Amino acid sequence: MAKRTHTTAWMIGLGLATGASVAAAQTLNLYTARHYDSDEALYQAFTDATGIEVNVLEGDSDQLIERIRREGAASPADVFMTVDAARLQRAENAGILAPVDSEVLESRLPAALQHPDDLWFGFSERVRVVYYNTDVYDEPPLERYEDLADARFDDEICIRSSSNDYNQSLVASLIAANGLEATEAWAEGLVENMARPPQGGDTDQLRAVAAGECSLGVGNHYYYTRLELSDDPQDQAVVDTTALFFPNQDDRGAHRNIGGAALVDGAPNADAAVQFLEFLASDEAQRMFSMGNNEFPAVDGVEPIEALQPYADRRLDELNVGVLGENNAQAVRLMDRAGWR
Amino acid sequence: MVATARSLPLLSRLALGLRRTGAWPVIMAVIALLVSLPVLTVLSQIFVPAPEIWSHLASTVLPRYLLNTAGLTLGVAVGVLVIGVGTAWLVVMCRFPGQRWFEWALLLPLAVPTYVIAYAYTDFFQFAGPLQSFLRETFGWGAGDYWFPPIRSLGGAIALLTLVLYPYVYLLTRAAFLEQSVCVLEVGRTLGRGPWRLFATVAVPLARPAIAGGAALALMETLNEFGAVQFFAVDTFTAGIYRTWFGLGERTAAAQLAGVLLLFVLLLLVIERASRGKAQFFHTSSRYRELPRYELSGARRWLATTACLFPVALGFLLPAGLLLEMSLTNGDQQLGWGFLGYIVNSVSLATAAALGAVGLAVVLSYGVRLSGSGFSQAMVRVSAMGYAIPGAVVAVGILIPLGWLDQRLYGLLHGEWGWDVGLVLTGTGFALVYAYLVRFLAVSYNAVQASLTKVTPSMDAASRTLGRTAGGTLRRVHAPIIRGSLLGAGILVFVDVMKELPATIILRPFDFTTLAVRSYELASDERLSQSSTASLAIVLVGIIPVILLSRAMRRSRPGSGAGEA
Repeated sequence: MAKRTHTTAWMIGLGLATGASVAAAQTLNLYTARHYDSDEALYQAFTDATGIEVNVLEGDSDQLIERIRREGAASPADVFMTVDAARLQRAENAGILAPVDSEVLESRLPAALQHPDDLWFGFSERVRVVYYNTDVYDEPPLERYEDLADARFDDEICIRSSSNDYNQSLVASLIAANGLEATEAWAEGLVENMARPPQGGDTDQLRAVAAGECSLGVGNHYYYTRLELSDDPQDQAVVDTTALFFPNQDDRGAHRNIGGAALVDGAPNADAAVQFLEFLASDEAQRMFSMGNNEFPAVDGVEPIEALQPYADRRLDELNVGVLGENNAQAVRLMDRAGWR
Repeated sequence: MVATARSLPLLSRLALGLRRTGAWPVIMAVIALLVSLPVLTVLSQIFVPAPEIWSHLASTVLPRYLLNTAGLTLGVAVGVLVIGVGTAWLVVMCRFPGQRWFEWALLLPLAVPTYVIAYAYTDFFQFAGPLQSFLRETFGWGAGDYWFPPIRSLGGAIALLTLVLYPYVYLLTRAAFLEQSVCVLEVGRTLGRGPWRLFATVAVPLARPAIAGGAALALMETLNEFGAVQFFAVDTFTAGIYRTWFGLGERTAAAQLAGVLLLFVLLLLVIERASRGKAQFFHTSSRYRELPRYELSGARRWLATTACLFPVALGFLLPAGLLLEMSLTNGDQQLGWGFLGYIVNSVSLATAAALGAVGLAVVLSYGVRLSGSGFSQAMVRVSAMGYAIPGAVVAVGILIPLGWLDQRLYGLLHGEWGWDVGLVLTGTGFALVYAYLVRFLAVSYNAVQASLTKVTPSMDAASRTLGRTAGGTLRRVHAPIIRGSLLGAGILVFVDVMKELPATIILRPFDFTTLAVRSYELASDERLSQSSTASLAIVLVGIIPVILLSRAMRRSRPGSGAGEA
C-alpha cells in the first residue's frame, strides 16, 4: 500500500506541479504577498531584461514565512516580497533571510528604507493618512496623529481593527516617537473617540467618512487614490465628499511604511535573486512597482503617478522602518490592553 | 472475479484482498494516524508552558473570544436546525406549490462560500451601502437619525452563517426522512398521531443520527470560520488563533487555543452521543413504498412555499444576484482564458479530494462497524477532528511533517547521489489533496456513517454466514444500499474543496491559482467588485454537483425503482 500511495502521490504531483521543482539554470522563484495584476508586467520586464524566468507563489505573508521555514534547506525560494515592515521583521525573526551586499541598492534606496544589516529593502512607500468629510470640515481639523485621541473628536473617528498590520506599524511608530506609556494613553483616547467598533478595510473607513457615519478616518493614501482613479460613479461620489491630509508635517513627518523584498537564506538562485532586487531599484521597475498600487517610488527622482503629484512636498517620518518591526509585538499588546478590537 | 477486481478502485480491491477481519483495525489505524498527524502536530504544542502570553490574553481578549464563539455557535445551531429539519420535512412529506423544485433548490446555498456571502451582504447592507444610502436619500435621514440592524455584528454573522450552513442539516435529514419506512409512520398514524406529533415524536427521533451529523458539520464549519467572522468584526476563538499566531507571533499559545477549541468540539460530540444512550436507529423492515405525503390546503400551501423560499432567496438568489450585478458592472479585468485554467484547477483538486475522502470514509466507518470497539471509534473521531480546526492551522500542521520529510528526502537524494529533485511533497498537488483529506474527512465520514447505521446488522450476519468476507460484504451488500449516500458524501467534499481557501493558498504549487484563491486575492486587496467574477464562478461551478446530488438522493430511496441494484 505504501508503494501505491507513493506512486499516486507522484502522479498527482506531476500533474499539478509546475516547473518550480525542476531546477533550471535561468529561473527565479519568488514568494510574494503582493498581488497586483500589474506585477505580471513587472516580472515580464525582468525576464526581458535578463532572460531569467520568474516562478511566482502568492500567499499570505505570515504563511509564506512559515512555508519557507518548513521547506528549510530544500526550499526553492529565492526572493521574499511583502508589504509592511512588521512582516519583513517577522521573516527576519524566523531566520529565513540573508543579507545582500549591493552597491546599487546601497546607493539608490533611501537609508531609512534599508534594513540596518541589509536583510531587506523597501522599494515603495505607502503613507498612513487621515481622511475627513469635506461637508463637516473645510480644513483638516487636526495636524498630528496624536490629536486623534483628543476628546473633541468624540464619536467621530473610523479606523479598522488592531489586527491590521498597517495600524500595528502606525502604533509602533508612535511608540518610537512618544514612548510606551504616552502611546497607550493615546490608544485609549482613540478608542473612546471611535464612531463604531473597528470593522472592514481601509476603503470601508473612507466610504464611512463619505457617508457621514464618521467625520474622520484613518487609512493608507492609495485607497483614496484608487477611488479617485475609478470610473465607478459611486467611487467618484466618495472622493467628492472627502479629502485626505498627511499628518505631522510640522514635526517628524507622516508615518511611512514600505513594500519590500529580501533575499532568502539558502536561495538556490542567489545571483538571480540579487539581480532581481537590483532590477527593482531601476527607474523602469520603480515606476511599475509603485504604479501597481499607486504608491510612492522609493528611489529619489522617480516621479510618482500623476494623481500623487500634489503630495510631492510631503514630509515623511525618517524613522528607519526596521523599528516598526521591532516595536510590533509591543504595539499589538498595547492595543489589546486599550480595548482596540 | 479477477477481471472484476481489476476494474475496481483501489480501496475495494484492498477490501477484497482482505479475507480476514483481522487486518481492518490495522488499516484503520494507519489511515487515522496519517489523517490526524497534522492536527496532532499542532496539538503537541499544548504541553509547552507559555504562562506570560496566557495572562495577557486572559486579561484582555479571551473573554470576548469565548462569549462571541458561544453566542455564534448557539445562534447558528438553532438557525440551521430550524431551517434544515423544517424544510426537509416539508419537501419530503408535504405537497405544495414548488415542492419538487425546492427539493434541490434548498441545497443551492451550499455552493456559496461563507466569505463570499459576507462580502456581498456587507457591501449591500452596511451604512455606506446602496440600501441604507437609498433609505437616507428617500427619507432625508442623516447618520444617527434612524436605527438599522448593523450587518457587521454577531447577529449578522449568525444570520449569514445560518443561511449558508443549513443545507448540511437539510441534506442529511432529508436523506434520513427519505429512507424512513412507511410502516413506522403508519403505526404512528394508527395510534392517532397528527402530522405535527408524528414529526416530533417519530420522524425526528428516528432521524437523529442524521440531524446530529448535519448539525455537527455546520457547527464545526462555524467554529473554524475565519474570513467571514473577521469581515463581520466578530472576534471568535478562531480569529483569536490567527491573531495570536500570526499577529503576536506566539505559535505555542495559538496551538494551545486550537487545542481548547478541539476540546470544545469533542465535548459537544460526546454530549450528543451520551444523550442517545443505547438507542439504535436501523430500519428492520424491508417494505418500502412511496411515502404518503400530506396534501396541504389553502393558506398552508403557500405558507409552506414561503417557508422554503425564504432560505433559498436569502442564501442563494440575493447574494448570487448581487455578485452578478457586481461582476457585470465592475468585474475582474482579467476575465479570459486564464479563468478557464482556474476552473480546471479547482475542479480537478475537488474531484481528487472527493474520491479520496469517500474511499477513506468507507474504510473507516466499515471498520468501526466490524470491530464496534470504543477504541476504533475514538480513533475515527480523532481523524475527523481536522474539520473543526481553522484551515491555516491545518496547513501549518501539514507543513511541519511534510517539510521535515522533504528535507530528509532532499538530503538523501541530493546529498548522496546529487539528484536535484527539489521538494517532492510540499508545494505539490499531493500536499493539497492531503490537506483536503485532513480537513474534510469528517464530512464524508459523517455522511457514510449515518447511512451505514441504517443497514441492519442482520444483513451483515446473513452475508457472512453465506461465506462472504468482510470486504465482500461491504462491496456486495452495503455498497449498493448506501450508494446514494456515497455520492452525496463525495459531492459535499467536492463543494467544500471548491470553497476552501486558507490551506489552498499556503500549500499550492508555483503559479497555481484556483477560483477561491483568485477571489480572495482581489478581495483582500479591497477590490470586492472585481473579486465577484471569481466568486460567481465558484458558485456556478458548485451548483452543478449540487443538482446532481439532489437527483441522486431522490433515486436513492429504496423501492423507488432507479435505485435498485
